Amino acid sequence: MDGNSSALNKGLRESPGAIHKDPDMVIFGFWVFMMSDLIFFGVVFAIYITMIGATAGGPGPRELFDFGSLFAQTMLLLTSSLTVGIATITMKHQRSQGSFLFWVVVTLLFGLGFLTLELLDFSEMAAKGGIPQRSGYLSAFFGLVPLHGLHVSFGCLWMLVMIAQVLTVGMTDLVKLRFLRLALFWHFLDLIWIGIFSVVYFGGWVYG
Amino acid sequence: MNITDYGWLGKLSWDSIVFSDLISNFSVSAAVGSTAGAIVIFATIATLALLTWFKVWGTLWSEWLTSTDHKKIGIMYIVFALVMMTRGLLEGMVMRAQQAAAPDGFLYADHFAQLFSTHGTIMIFFVAVPFVVGLVNLVMPLQIGARDVAFPVLNQISLAVTVAAGMLLMVSLVVGEFSTGGWSAYPPYTGGDFNPGVGPDYWIWAIVFSGAGTTLTGINFTVTILKCRAAGMNFFRMPIFCWTVLCSSILMIFAMPPLSVAALMLGFDRYLDFHFFTNDLGGNMMNYANLFWLFGHPEVYLLVLPAYGIFSEVFSTYSAKRLYGYKSLVFATMSIAVLSFTVWLHHFFTMGQSPTINIVFGIATMLIAVPTGVKVYDWMATMYRGRIRFTTPMIYAIGFLILFVIGGLSGVILANPTVDFQVHNTLFLVAHFHNVLIPGVLFGVLAGYNYWFPKAFGFRLDERLGKWSAYLWIVGFMLTFFPLYGAGLLGMPRRSFSYMDLTFKPYMVVAFIGAMVVLCALISLVLQLLVSLRDRQKNRVPVGDPWDGRSLEWSIPAPAPSYNFAELPRVTDRDEFTEAKEQGRAYQPPKVYRDIEIPKNNPLGFLLCVLSGILMFALVWYMWWLALLTTLAIIIVVIASTFRWDSEQIIPASKVQQDTEKWLALVNKTEPVGRDLENTPQNNGYAKLEH
Ligand code: HEM
Ligand SMILES: [Cu+2]
Repeated sequence: MDGNSSALNKGLRESPGAIHKDPDMVIFGFWVFMMSDLIFFGVVFAIYITMIGATAGGPGPRELFDFGSLFAQTMLLLTSSLTVGIATITMKHQRSQGSFLFWVVVTLLFGLGFLTLELLDFSEMAAKGGIPQRSGYLSAFFGLVPLHGLHVSFGCLWMLVMIAQVLTVGMTDLVKLRFLRLALFWHFLDLIWIGIFSVVYFGGWVYG
Repeated sequence: MNITDYGWLGKLSWDSIVFSDLISNFSVSAAVGSTAGAIVIFATIATLALLTWFKVWGTLWSEWLTSTDHKKIGIMYIVFALVMMTRGLLEGMVMRAQQAAAPDGFLYADHFAQLFSTHGTIMIFFVAVPFVVGLVNLVMPLQIGARDVAFPVLNQISLAVTVAAGMLLMVSLVVGEFSTGGWSAYPPYTGGDFNPGVGPDYWIWAIVFSGAGTTLTGINFTVTILKCRAAGMNFFRMPIFCWTVLCSSILMIFAMPPLSVAALMLGFDRYLDFHFFTNDLGGNMMNYANLFWLFGHPEVYLLVLPAYGIFSEVFSTYSAKRLYGYKSLVFATMSIAVLSFTVWLHHFFTMGQSPTINIVFGIATMLIAVPTGVKVYDWMATMYRGRIRFTTPMIYAIGFLILFVIGGLSGVILANPTVDFQVHNTLFLVAHFHNVLIPGVLFGVLAGYNYWFPKAFGFRLDERLGKWSAYLWIVGFMLTFFPLYGAGLLGMPRRSFSYMDLTFKPYMVVAFIGAMVVLCALISLVLQLLVSLRDRQKNRVPVGDPWDGRSLEWSIPAPAPSYNFAELPRVTDRDEFTEAKEQGRAYQPPKVYRDIEIPKNNPLGFLLCVLSGILMFALVWYMWWLALLTTLAIIIVVIASTFRWDSEQIIPASKVQQDTEKWLALVNKTEPVGRDLENTPQNNGYAKLEH
């Protein structure tokens, strides 16, 4: 193999130039970005864990969490991961643009549904006195959960842009590549949500 | 006061302008501050005027500000770092003057506190980081035989937010004040209760934005090295500089997020009354200390590893020898990168954790000395029996070798918790970290600057002034910082604007003289650049290999063409270019000429620089409408840029052929020049093969 034993190195690129359009590399780059983002989340999780007890006499997890709504949020987000997967598959098998767009829109709606429920949840917490200014614990909660929500909103905006691009230029390679990254991002947010559910909500409820 | 209590201009008023103090309430301290502010304003106006006078706006826009070429982005990073370095060094001088003049100094305590806060922040985030990132940008893609970094536009964006954050620091000289909380900005002191002004907000946003830039850079460099190497360049054929860059980029990816989190949480505490780090309501300041140093310690290795890489290249080139112990250097680099994440707690041995924890972190800290020691021996062995040329980069490198060992040893002393209890927060610590940062990082980047300058611009820097500067740096550094070890052992606290105990005075006076020598070093550096610009015709090295270089970046013309390589190289050896020269396959025309695709210019970076600069300013001053407007503008600009479909340009094969043939013809008619003459006008960049 020409002394080229490393699995990551693709070797000589005979087609010169534009390395930044190489799908392999673009997707790999996105993975690296997600690793960095994962550290970001990881650190915020760690802060939350250290502050579970720091309620300063204010309301704690047991008073604040509504597991009914959380269950619905979880379902919405997990299902949206499924639908974004279907969208990816329709893209891969070159099904019609229409069916691709359909699945993207469904995902988007699930995402927006999730965000709506989350916001309702927050406002209910606030009504019970659970605002971030109340205690270190609540600051840590509102540092972490909305951070995930912000990522989801960003993903929704990204979907809108993708829809606009498919409608204007069609499924070009670049558009597909962007969608692949969006799909990865969306699955990643699912994963983070599972962390939030286990650590923030369940862990908070158990140890709070 | 609530954040909604402010009008259109937010907290901004006439009193925020630095000169208002001077008028209402004259003092030398205010005069110093106003002078600095005036210099910023004057320099800005002068720069704009000069650019207009020489009618270079067009070129500036099309060749630089919108460029996606990694070499140009690298140069812009370095220019930025040099400007910030001038400010940072001058602040160091002012602080040294103050302490030499104590007890009756001329600065208010708060002014002094702003000085060490900006100085520290600037030196780390706006000098060391951009200088290193700039050199890496310039060199690394060439060394691995690539056309560009993996994500050229992302590269532009990283530069944009870094520069915007640096400009914010410049603005803080004129409007408002900077933080007084040091470069680490520990709460609760920097929280809203103790520091209601705008100072810490300036710090927060500068850190958040430049930090984001650095994270993105780390991602970009990592992917570049892992994915864009030339054929045949397996990991163990990569130049050692690339190895250090790889490790340091991974540090950027993993170490920057804790800093961003810490700074943003501090921001939430300040802006929205959260309680992450406050004294009351369950806030926990120790979380901040852990987060900050979880970043802070890897940060120093993030900076020093690439410098190690530069020194390795310098030692090997100017000793005309293969690098000794290449693999041990690689493993040492990797172990340092990993270990750097396991020692952060040594920054707060005295903050009340159990002795067991202190011992664990103390031992972990001392362990780092082992791989570092390996490196030092490898460098010495590289020089052993080499044909050493005592050039400017080599002077820096040898200065580094000796001084860095001293700095490292003082670090091992500090890693012992019992000793640390005595000397933490004294000038002993200040001496230690300057002793690693200046010889380790600053000498490294200056060596790299002298070494690679001809590759970037096509002409050599003046060697005589370069040597002057290097010697002045070494002497100045020693005079400035060695006395601080003494003063620290005598118990002089760091960050003190004055002192009553006059035993410290002689040490401070010597340190001040040292700082003046450093100033001379800076002046020689500027002079060197000016003189070299004047003599550039005489010192041209168009063939591209002025120092008998060993890696791929020397195998192409200087300055390198925008597409770097006419044909992507195929690598068979670690010192590929030396190997090629020895086998007579250097300077060969490509087998075939092909069209080359490179990214077009892109205004995105520039727009983001301006917009994020305004955004940060609006946030610092509580101008919510403006913050909202710029945020929206940023989103729109970014989305719009994703609709640019023709972002590539083709350099036709004929143009590549023309360039290459012209260069090869030049190679043929140039006389190879021996090493003894490498600093004379005879050196046209065609090094003779000598052993
Ligand atoms: C040779 C020129 C320099 C001089 C004269 C100088 C001087 C000083 C002085 C007087 C202080 C304050 C010490 C105290 O508060 O007791 C300081 C702090 C500091 N310096 Fe430098 N310095 C120089 C170069 C550098 C460089 C090159 C770096 C980094 C690359 C650096 C990084 C720092 C940092 C991080 C601090 C700590 C700031 C803080 O206390 O928060 N300095 N320096
Ligand atoms: Cu450390």
